[in-house]
Amino acid sequence: MNVSTPEIGIVTKTKNVRPKTKKELSVEMAVHNLNFFYGDNQVLFNNNIDIYKKQITAIIGPSGCGKSTHIRTYNRIFELYRNQRAVGEIIMSGQNILDSSVDPILLRRRIGMIFQKPSPFPMSIFDNIAYGLKINTTIGGSELAGRVEDALKRVALWDEVKDKLSDSGTDLSGGQQQRLCIARAIAIEPEILLMDEPCSAIDPIGTAKIEELMIDLKSLYTIVIVTHNMQQAARVSDYTAFFYEGHIIEFGETKQIFTNPQNQQTEDYITGRFG
Amino acid sequence: MFLSPIRYNRMPIVLEAWESASSDNRIKPSSEDRAFRWITGISASSILLLMAGLIIVMLFYSHLALREFGFGFLFSDEWNPITQKFGALSSIYGTIISTVIAMLIAMPMGLAVALFLTEWSTPKAESFFGTAIELLAAIPSIIYGMWGLFVFAPFMADYVQPLVNQYLGFIPLFQGPPMGIGMLTTGIILALMILPFISSVSRDVFKMVPPVLKESAYGLGSTNWEVTKNVTMPYALQGIIGAGFLGLGRALGETMAVTFVIGNSHRISASLFQTGNSIASTLANEFTEASEPIYLHSLVALGFVLLLITVITQLAAQLWLRHVVKKAGGR
Repeated sequence: MNVSTPEIGIVTKTKNVRPKTKKELSVEMAVHNLNFFYGDNQVLFNNNIDIYKKQITAIIGPSGCGKSTHIRTYNRIFELYRNQRAVGEIIMSGQNILDSSVDPILLRRRIGMIFQKPSPFPMSIFDNIAYGLKINTTIGGSELAGRVEDALKRVALWDEVKDKLSDSGTDLSGGQQQRLCIARAIAIEPEILLMDEPCSAIDPIGTAKIEELMIDLKSLYTIVIVTHNMQQAARVSDYTAFFYEGHIIEFGETKQIFTNPQNQQTEDYITGRFG
Repeated sequence: MFLSPIRYNRMPIVLEAWESASSDNRIKPSSEDRAFRWITGISASSILLLMAGLIIVMLFYSHLALREFGFGFLFSDEWNPITQKFGALSSIYGTIISTVIAMLIAMPMGLAVALFLTEWSTPKAESFFGTAIELLAAIPSIIYGMWGLFVFAPFMADYVQPLVNQYLGFIPLFQGPPMGIGMLTTGIILALMILPFISSVSRDVFKMVPPVLKESAYGLGSTNWEVTKNVTMPYALQGIIGAGFLGLGRALGETMAVTFVIGNSHRISASLFQTGNSIASTLANEFTEASEPIYLHSLVALGFVLLLITVITQLAAQLWLRHVVKKAGGR
């Protein structure tokens, strides 16, 4: 378990953050001693966490605590920006995905991402979903249309858009746009879905639909959701990690975190004393 | 004025004075506004007057030619001061062909420069290249003309044209003597002149593409090229077209550099190696020679045609832009 980790010289704030689970779950992704830097400024400190297969893991914590930064390492999307750097290990299928030998493009095909703001591409609804399939596979014609339909049905958007597939994706409402983005991400059958505050720009009805959808999708995908809505974390997730100032303070089953937090800071946060 | 309690004591008096002033002179603010409205209104309408005046004067000073040649002026390539027969076709042809060559080169190159700066270069390199591009735009056109005639045209004649002729000579476009000056050289010089405009405007447009949109595309496993082709370019399309028309407008009217390198002969030739002329170069060359009224009027009529071409392209640009925006569904 304790694979050789790079020397960083930062003392881990919490020792054993791995939850004691009764269920036997396989680990989809194991994060060991993950540190993150913006230039010289360190924002994540020795993060250790196991992401369980086909479970929903919520990441909570006050603004600026490194939640988004943490999951942005999972698909190495941070690499688009100069002077951002991750050090440590993220093991997926026995491979450290942070290693330079791993092609980030292939990695991102296995790990879908949903962002805070719905981000439909400037193209039709159909093409938005077909995009990922077109760049990653050679399928076309009726098979492509079938896959697009499947993806839209899985996010319960099909009935709302089936008559206007050639309309621009940007004409949909915010909640519909976000479901479109989820459909776009799952159309290429990733293994993991990363959601970075997916409901923060969506109205309550749209939010409820997306939460329902996440629970539906759990049977097919491993989901990691960043949220600063604690009720949302409590409603949808199986596991919860509490982040504070770049450290993972506590990680465990959601029920335990919310009813019986082991750490004083976690308790203060979930009871609304700060954050 | 006074920060002591005295000021407070005087307040009622001040207020009284203010009230009486405002009731007596209620006319004052509105007369100010009236002046404001008139000054701005006159400035705005002077644009219309200028436009109208320009057209009227141009028509007046070209009426002899317009009456003599009618619509045939546009379709005749004869330009003969001796027989006093004038037609605009060779100048129109030269204007359009040199502009088309310039756009064909400058558009892809300008976009490539802009994409390199936004997608690949380091911040340092970006600011260096950005400054270089702006300097390129600041070079006076006469410099381009002189450089074109004395440096670039001989280079074309000695190296480029013989080579192109050898390998692509079977195409009529690339036949003819390697003289250096001519339509192709003009087109290339024009391309260099409009390149900075196209690249700096499209760089600004590319920078406005929301990062989350690009991240979404990268998140699906796109390569840099796929993101550029499928997300960045479509999102920025409107601005790219705007950049293109900015360059087009400049290429159509460019006079000095073109006059230096186009060769100034009134003829239409299939070969891009041949000399020709453009409307602007004809005007620059021949105004001093125009002794006959019909000659002078023909030149003004030529200028009027150039005005029409630019107005029509700008209107077409507006309409096309509207169509494109509608098709993209707006943002």
